[in-house]
Amino acid sequence: MPLSPDEAGRFADLLEKQADGLVARWAELVGGSLLGRMSRPELERQTRDLQKSFQQALASGARDLTDAEAGELRAQLGELSSNRARQGFSANETAVSVFALKQAVIELLGDTADAQALRGYVAFSAFVDGAALFTFDSYVRVREALIADQAEQLLELSTPVVKLWEGVVAVPLVGTLDSARAQVVMERLLQTLVETGSPHAIIDITGVPAVDTQVAQHILKTVVAARLMGADCIISGIRPQIAQTIVALGIEFGDIATKSSLADALRYVLGKNSYKVVGANRTER
Amino acid sequence: MNQESRLIPVATDQDVVRVRQLVRTVAVEAKLSLVDQTKLVTAASELARNTLVYGGGGTVEVGRVRSEIRAGIRIVFADQGPGIADLDLALTDGYTTGGGLGLGLSGARRLVDEFAIDTAPGKGTTITITKWCR
Repeated sequence: MPLSPDEAGRFADLLEKQADGLVARWAELVGGSLLGRMSRPELERQTRDLQKSFQQALASGARDLTDAEAGELRAQLGELSSNRARQGFSANETAVSVFALKQAVIELLGDTADAQALRGYVAFSAFVDGAALFTFDSYVRVREALIADQAEQLLELSTPVVKLWEGVVAVPLVGTLDSARAQVVMERLLQTLVETGSPHAIIDITGVPAVDTQVAQHILKTVVAARLMGADCIISGIRPQIAQTIVALGIEFGDIATKSSLADALRYVLGKNSYKVVGANRTER
Repeated sequence: MNQESRLIPVATDQDVVRVRQLVRTVAVEAKLSLVDQTKLVTAASELARNTLVYGGGGTVEVGRVRSEIRAGIRIVFADQGPGIADLDLALTDGYTTGGGLGLGLSGARRLVDEFAIDTAPGKGTTITITKWCR
């Protein structure tokens, strides 16, 4: 049941005339769940902004939240949800900020309300419900955007290429190696090979919990790409359980050198380059 | 006898990761050895990805089972996809229609103790695997 123009006008009047009392009571109701994490002046300012937007929307004849007249109110609600989402409040606590308006208004109507006023209130209540649902929507959108941002940051964070020795770079892989990450790893490794002019690369999979055919395929492709650029690749960090699983799966690493630890891989590369690792006290001279 | 089991819908790559995590949790609870944990998780990862890529999505049900003499974990992968026309060919090492290594299905069978597959063209695919505790 949408608001009739008459009712909308009456509620706009009510919101305007009783503004101070309404905002105080509204902020008090919201404060019950939010205070402690948000200062009272800030809460009151937000509530007053909301009250103004509601009042303007109703006064300009909005009968439903999707009307053009309610545009500013929607923007205000969107901003509120976005702030709440970023400050770590729950979707519930965000919606309560809007729902509390209904409580504040019915208290104002009080005992004097007749049947007609109550009918009006029901329509007004539906309008506020719509607004609260709208905050849910915006809240979820903001949170999803946050999560997408974080996933991207994680992708960047989790794929360092480190230089171990002159001419030796290593990629310590940690966690799940899906297609997106495999792509980032390959790009980073190939780029670093060019920049450092390294002839050797070590891919360390100690931190990869399970090596299935997809992960193996990604690693194999990376190795082949590095070889095309003239670099020699070694896979290290193959733990006993991973080795047994790879054998059972039937994955062949062909002539790619594999080592159980990063230290072994480094020693192997140094050996190939005619370095010899000896204890300091046994240095010949 | 079936104890409680958990069902995960598989519709995205993230769901495959969730399946893997759930299987690992259940495998640890069931006190599987580290090697068997890794084998089971890897098999589940392969089959869940098949459910997603070839079956167009479906469900994975992970549960503990107990026979008279031993306990284990049973996982059921179900999809309503196109099914597998030539099962022998699909179970051949190196055969793939999707650009992978062609080892997922055949490899998964080698990673578990029991492997049952129920499929027909147009009827979807249901794969049931069991790993027993030693």
